[in-house]
Amino acid sequence: MRLTLRVWRQRDADTPGAMVTYDIDDISEDMSFLEMLDTLNEKLILRGEEPVAFDHDCREGICGACGVVINGDAHGPERTTTCQLHMRHFDDGDTVDVEPWRAGAFPVVKDLVVDRSAFDRIIGAGGYISVPTGAAPEAHATPVPKADADFAFEHAECIGCGACVAACPNGSAMLFTSAKVNHLNVLPQGAPERETRVLDMVSAMDEEGFGGCTLAGECATACPKGIALPSIAAMNKEWLRATRKASRR
Amino acid sequence: MALATRTDRRPSLTRSLWGSTVGKKTVMAVSGLIMLMYLVAHMLGNLKIFFGSGEFNTYAHWLRTMGEPLLHYEWALWGVRVVLLAAVVLHGVAAYQLSRRDIRARPSKYVHKRRRASYATRTMRWGGIILALFIVWHLLDLTTLTVNENAQPGRPYENVVATFSTWYGNVIYLVAMLAVGLHVRHGFWSAAQTLGMGNARRDRILKTLANGLALVLTAGFVSVPVAVMTGVVG
Repeated sequence: MRLTLRVWRQRDADTPGAMVTYDIDDISEDMSFLEMLDTLNEKLILRGEEPVAFDHDCREGICGACGVVINGDAHGPERTTTCQLHMRHFDDGDTVDVEPWRAGAFPVVKDLVVDRSAFDRIIGAGGYISVPTGAAPEAHATPVPKADADFAFEHAECIGCGACVAACPNGSAMLFTSAKVNHLNVLPQGAPERETRVLDMVSAMDEEGFGGCTLAGECATACPKGIALPSIAAMNKEWLRATRKASRR
Repeated sequence: MALATRTDRRPSLTRSLWGSTVGKKTVMAVSGLIMLMYLVAHMLGNLKIFFGSGEFNTYAHWLRTMGEPLLHYEWALWGVRVVLLAAVVLHGVAAYQLSRRDIRARPSKYVHKRRRASYATRTMRWGGIILALFIVWHLLDLTTLTVNENAQPGRPYENVVATFSTWYGNVIYLVAMLAVGLHVRHGFWSAAQTLGMGNARRDRILKTLANGLALVLTAGFVSVPVAVMTGVVG
């Protein structure tokens, strides 16, 4: 396959970037999108140019490290991560635009790499359960209704890649935050911190400068793990409940 | 090592509502639903115009004597006006502040442009501005009668006919009613999500309800100028 790639190149956070065009051939349709970028980088290195910087790790769609905007879609045209997107979804001769996640809270570090540590700080505000360490507890000691377990698992699928923020016209992190809140809040293990978790995580999200939710639905369409839009409504419900309880104290 | 003890001091309900994006959206949802309920009543009242001048003007007068003798003349009407004014102001200010924040949160655009979200969703902000301007015009036209061609106090039927006998009166009204329909279509469903009522099972019902409300409201409101233009009401 032959492709014309237009890739966002930016030396560092303080230097303005621009789209740079690269023509690339001998692309196999069995390559993943990242392998295609690897092929481009090999050529760039041989030519003595700076390779394109991009984030990646597991390359099997479970870590959340990779992610670029391909032709305007976070993670490209298929509902999967960039590493699991294969070149067979493109046609010979296509022009492909590759850009980093765009959001005020995700500043570009270099080329296609953005700083997503804002997500870490949201998790730090309550995306955990406080338990004493020790041996693993007996699994039957805390029964979880099947429906709740399913609900928690659906939200636990979030890998924190940031595609929701990249796709959102407001750069909002509501889908990410709601996935994390709902995952823990429905489980008995998360119950002791149920109210503080949602209040603290939402306020951490606001402090990071993410936008608000206008229910445009772009996040859920982009999510490679299929976190659904009603996740946001479920978090809103938790937030209102916690706010009511906190104001009564 | 002991775990840090949480000193759980939370701000007041008002502070936490206005200080958070989720809270501000809640304010928008509630104020929007108040305005929506008013719009339904307003639209139904407008349809009285099809029963003639006498019945429409009597109904319009009743709006002022509503609640008597318990309440004084126009007290109930002023109560409604105060609630609506509060709703409009809160809705508008929250929308302005959230929009400013949303635009700041996405400082650089994608080079590869793609149409995002539905038409109703994308037009919420401009639609809101159009509606705010329309409300000012509408009050000057049919409440204070400042810009009305007929401008007879106590004769709303004749004033309405006068408005819809001018081309600009019709154009402004029709544009605004289309904006209402689009705004309600995304707004009602969004309000349900913001208030935590949405889930996968209920989504279809909420979307149908939103579309139904939008359609009925627009059709009901638009029927009045159409009736005047076609001579059914005159």
